[in-house]
Amino acid sequence: MGHATTPFKKKIHTMLFHLSVGAFAFLMIYPILWLAASSFKPGGEIWSRVLSLIPQHPTFENYMNGWKGFGGITFGTFFKNFFIIAALETLFVVTSSTIVAYGFARIDFPGKNLWFSCMLATLMLPVQIKIIPQYIFFGYLKWINTFLPLIVPKLFGEAFYIFMMMQFIRGIPKELDEAAEIDGCGRLYTFTHILLPLLKPPMFTAAIFSFYWSWGDFLAPLIYLNNPKLYTLSVALRSFADPGGMTDWGAIFAMSFLSLVPVLVLFVSFQRYLTQGIASTGLKG
Amino acid sequence: MRDPLSKTRKARDARDGYGFISLWLFGFFALTLIPLLFSFFLSFTDYDLLTPPVWSGLNNFKTMFTKDPRYWKSVFATFYYAIAAVPLRLVVALGVAMILNTNRRGVSLYRALYYAPSIVGSSVAVAVMWRQYFGTEGIFNALLRAVGIPSNISWTGDPRFAIWTLILLAAWQFGSPMLVFLSGLKQIPNELYESASIDGASGIRKFFRITLPLLSPVILFNLIMQMIHGLIVFTPALIITGGQPLDTTNFYALYLYRRGFETFEMGYASGMAWVLLVVIALFTFIIFKTSSQWVFYEAEKGR
Repeated sequence: MGHATTPFKKKIHTMLFHLSVGAFAFLMIYPILWLAASSFKPGGEIWSRVLSLIPQHPTFENYMNGWKGFGGITFGTFFKNFFIIAALETLFVVTSSTIVAYGFARIDFPGKNLWFSCMLATLMLPVQIKIIPQYIFFGYLKWINTFLPLIVPKLFGEAFYIFMMMQFIRGIPKELDEAAEIDGCGRLYTFTHILLPLLKPPMFTAAIFSFYWSWGDFLAPLIYLNNPKLYTLSVALRSFADPGGMTDWGAIFAMSFLSLVPVLVLFVSFQRYLTQGIASTGLKG
Repeated sequence: MRDPLSKTRKARDARDGYGFISLWLFGFFALTLIPLLFSFFLSFTDYDLLTPPVWSGLNNFKTMFTKDPRYWKSVFATFYYAIAAVPLRLVVALGVAMILNTNRRGVSLYRALYYAPSIVGSSVAVAVMWRQYFGTEGIFNALLRAVGIPSNISWTGDPRFAIWTLILLAAWQFGSPMLVFLSGLKQIPNELYESASIDGASGIRKFFRITLPLLSPVILFNLIMQMIHGLIVFTPALIITGGQPLDTTNFYALYLYRRGFETFEMGYASGMAWVLLVVIALFTFIIFKTSSQWVFYEAEKGR
């Protein structure tokens, strides 16, 4: 600290900092708080006391009404569908991406640079370009209205996770693999017994990301799942809040907020993993 | 004796290497490359999923560029959105990152609060909420009334303002570029600022001479990623405005979805997708090529 500042001036600075940064933080999360507050307000109160964040007559009625869902299918089904898809997607994509990342990070083989460039290029590829031919392809396999088009592609790894795992593998000293090889271990054994135990933390980070992306995925379930019984949370919410349909805003806000709960829990518990992942790879939205 | 030994080693490396990446390699061909080529073929056909594709030459592209006013409207809306939302997001992200780049107490809490909207912001749930936020009875009008401006228009239903509700939603989610900028700022050595201070440099001068140049690779990276993201925005437009009013928010990805999956014109939609791909590739290329003039790279240092 080069300049001599008086303690008093410093205090004022600190106060101003917290005042302005805090006020802005409140403004930032106000919409989320508003959604939460509105979900506990009885029907009339939502719009009559629209600015207030504290329900005058708090009620769970919205949640009870909203949970009933539509067409005889409750939100229990939509939550279950989402959890099944997210769990399988996460399991598949983390496992496959880790295996592929090891190949790219540790083995020199002819054509590696070409394939690595191809993989990086797929990072830039918009989903829109693949979704039409894939839809036709999966339709041909009679996979429309099943979870398969969402889950099966994850068996083949994804560039984002491969790249992320590679970064971590590169940070592990190569001598470790070489020592194992000198001891006569094959590559597969080196991978499963030497590297894999060390890769648990990044795999966990990747799993958090994958779960989060499954939660946010909307276009693919919208296209592949046309039977309300198979709807995931995002697609169900869209139908539930259809402007032409119901106008029980209390119920809609209640289910909207409830659908945010899994990621809010994820964010609060594993904030460090998420923010570090973004800061180190710089990817994601 | 060395040569045959290294030969077997090379063969083993090739076997192992392809063994490990075979999963991805299969997926790349089956789910990316072949679909890409197939969609290229489809873009020269008319295809409704029920009857086999019919070759129509350049017809789809001719219609797109000369006979479909909705197409150009969607192109305009998309660029309008991206050109407003991306710089807005990055400027806010950089500003906030610089403010939060201190060792004061509570900074990690603020960082989490600023990042929270990015976690939930692109979801259907938030889009549903946003639609009500800017509706006639919504909170935005209530706020305006509270400060004495009478207003009861529907912001999402007015062709002048609808797109701005979506731009605002994008700006609200400045969290991930903010995090990337923060980690970039942390890597700038403090001595640089100190010696600049000794030389009597002002804060603004330090920003333009030290912060901005040293952050430029990070800015470039964010610019490319955010630009691509901005050009393919879909969920908020579908949920909040449905592309309305008067097609002012009928973004490219939304229009493509409608031609492909609502009216089942797979040929036309494939053509649109390929144009999008070319535009994104072109953008990335231009940003990369011009980057040498404004991106400052430190002398390569090994990591």
